[in-house]
Amino acid sequence: MLDNIPRLPLSEWTTEFVRWITSAFSFIFDPINNYLGTLMNWIITGLEFIPPVLFIIIIMALSAIFMKKKVLSPILIGIGLLFIYNQGLWENLIDTMTLVIISGLISIVIGVPLGILMSRSNTFEMLMKPILDLMQTMPAFVYLIPAVAFFGIGMVPGVFASVIFASPPTIRLTNLGIRQISEELIEASDSFGTTPMQKLLKVQLPLARPSIMAGINQTIMLALSMVVIASMIGAPGLGTEVLSSLQRAQVGPGFVAGLGIVILAIIIDRFTQTSNSNK
Amino acid sequence: MSVIEIKNVTKVFGPYTKEVEELLHKNKSKNEILSETGSTVAVKSANLTIEKSEVFVVMGLSGSGKSTLIRLINRLIDPTSGDLMIKGKNVSKLSTAELREFRRKNFSMVFQSFALFPFKSVLDNTAFGLEVRNMPKKERLKKAEHALKLVGLDGYKNQKPNQLSGGMQQRVGLARALANDTDILLMDEAFSALDPLIRKEMQNELIQLQQKMQKTIVFITHDLDEALSIGDRIALMKDGEIAQVGTPEEIVTNPENDYVKAFVKDIDRSKVLKVKHVMRPANSQENTDANPVIASEDLLYKSYDSFKNGIRELTVKDGGKVVGIVEFDKVFEVLAVGNEVEEDAR
Repeated sequence: MLDNIPRLPLSEWTTEFVRWITSAFSFIFDPINNYLGTLMNWIITGLEFIPPVLFIIIIMALSAIFMKKKVLSPILIGIGLLFIYNQGLWENLIDTMTLVIISGLISIVIGVPLGILMSRSNTFEMLMKPILDLMQTMPAFVYLIPAVAFFGIGMVPGVFASVIFASPPTIRLTNLGIRQISEELIEASDSFGTTPMQKLLKVQLPLARPSIMAGINQTIMLALSMVVIASMIGAPGLGTEVLSSLQRAQVGPGFVAGLGIVILAIIIDRFTQTSNSNK
Repeated sequence: MSVIEIKNVTKVFGPYTKEVEELLHKNKSKNEILSETGSTVAVKSANLTIEKSEVFVVMGLSGSGKSTLIRLINRLIDPTSGDLMIKGKNVSKLSTAELREFRRKNFSMVFQSFALFPFKSVLDNTAFGLEVRNMPKKERLKKAEHALKLVGLDGYKNQKPNQLSGGMQQRVGLARALANDTDILLMDEAFSALDPLIRKEMQNELIQLQQKMQKTIVFITHDLDEALSIGDRIALMKDGEIAQVGTPEEIVTNPENDYVKAFVKDIDRSKVLKVKHVMRPANSQENTDANPVIASEDLLYKSYDSFKNGIRELTVKDGGKVVGIVEFDKVFEVLAVGNEVEEDAR
């Protein structure tokens, strides 16, 4: 009996929908592709222009400034970066880092305002929650398909897929952080006659800061994991090495490239977490 | 003109249906309305007039609607019906922007759990109300420093609130309200979270500050002793209704209904009643010179020391003039038996 129900043509609809978006919004996608692609190429060229030794020293110095009192962290970070250079993965590292930073920044720029909106409207929160669930549970590979349709292959579609996959934690934790502020602090703010903007900037965002920073940390880590997957659609970086090792069944190079990703992840995590615990 | 006039103000949490309205008209109690409709009547037809420079205490147990009442005054909560006149202006009719401006100029509030901003220093917390008004930084920090000095915390201005003790944190809360320099000070259970000794200390300090500042203070508390010691007048609330309004003496000596009576039964009357309330007029033939002297404005407990060594009568003086005699038996009767004080003595 169940066989008599015709198959719901959801996949056809989706295909049609994506095709329609691709052609209808190409006037948006094409410039994004061009400008963002060019910008990222500049950044990568710029970063590669810095001699690796100097680069490592700069990162070590920054980590020393950020993580006060700790001597060990800068040294370990230095050793990690040196290892990546030693394995001939320096350029891949720069590519991956650029992709992560750009995807992370875009996710934050989109995610924090969305989280703020969610905290202000229960209707919007109800609407966004299932969408965020979908964004997080959908297998990450699936995002690669429309990304290719919109932007072709290369870095920009990689960024697009990463942003979709990585922004939910920032959105969620911004919303949560603002909603968790105690009623009395909001009353205190209101009782002194704050405008909505003053309340947001002087009270809500500073109070929600730890939560928002935790969300940003999660977002950047997710962006890193997605950037690796995005190597399948031609996003350059450490992921490309992993992918080609997989295709040729080479355990050694795959492990080394994977280790490089782990080192990058640890470095990024340390940086975003300390900027959270500061103050 | 009264500073605050609350006219027939009602606040219902939950749906305000025709049914609720009718039940309110029939003067049903809070519990009846809750069980019949599911809506909570937090404040029911409240009428209050608060005069300039008085310390007006709203006292009641939890759930009596006192916290709602104070939030109705600066409209942190909007009334369901009724009018709120502040300095002759109907606050319940103000637009959002007008209300914001009105709050900045007229109200400062102190909260039970202090409500200090943990990421700001003590000084910046104190200056918050002025910062919101866009006062230049230099000017507002100067005013904030002055306010901190008033509450005795000028040495702590660079600390974060969580580095201070509870009592000190509430001093910052008070300084934040004072720095704002508004006529009306709303204090919502401001001292309830403090331990008894610190609470007493803060009460005394508030009374001292008030003598200098002469602000209109609305003070919420669930502690009758606190209400009696700082209030010029007290309103007792029960189930959203105002049970009685009066001076501390009136409340203690002349409770209008059983609820108030039960409340004041266990109170230490010697710390509320003054000598003048229990004295009898001096008879001109009596020789009053031999007896110890007490001032008519003194609280009754001050007479304890003088009654030692078999002395049964004290001479009451007001500004050097003999105005009456207070007898040991009368004091004992008023305090121990809890009899009503005669009308003409009040």
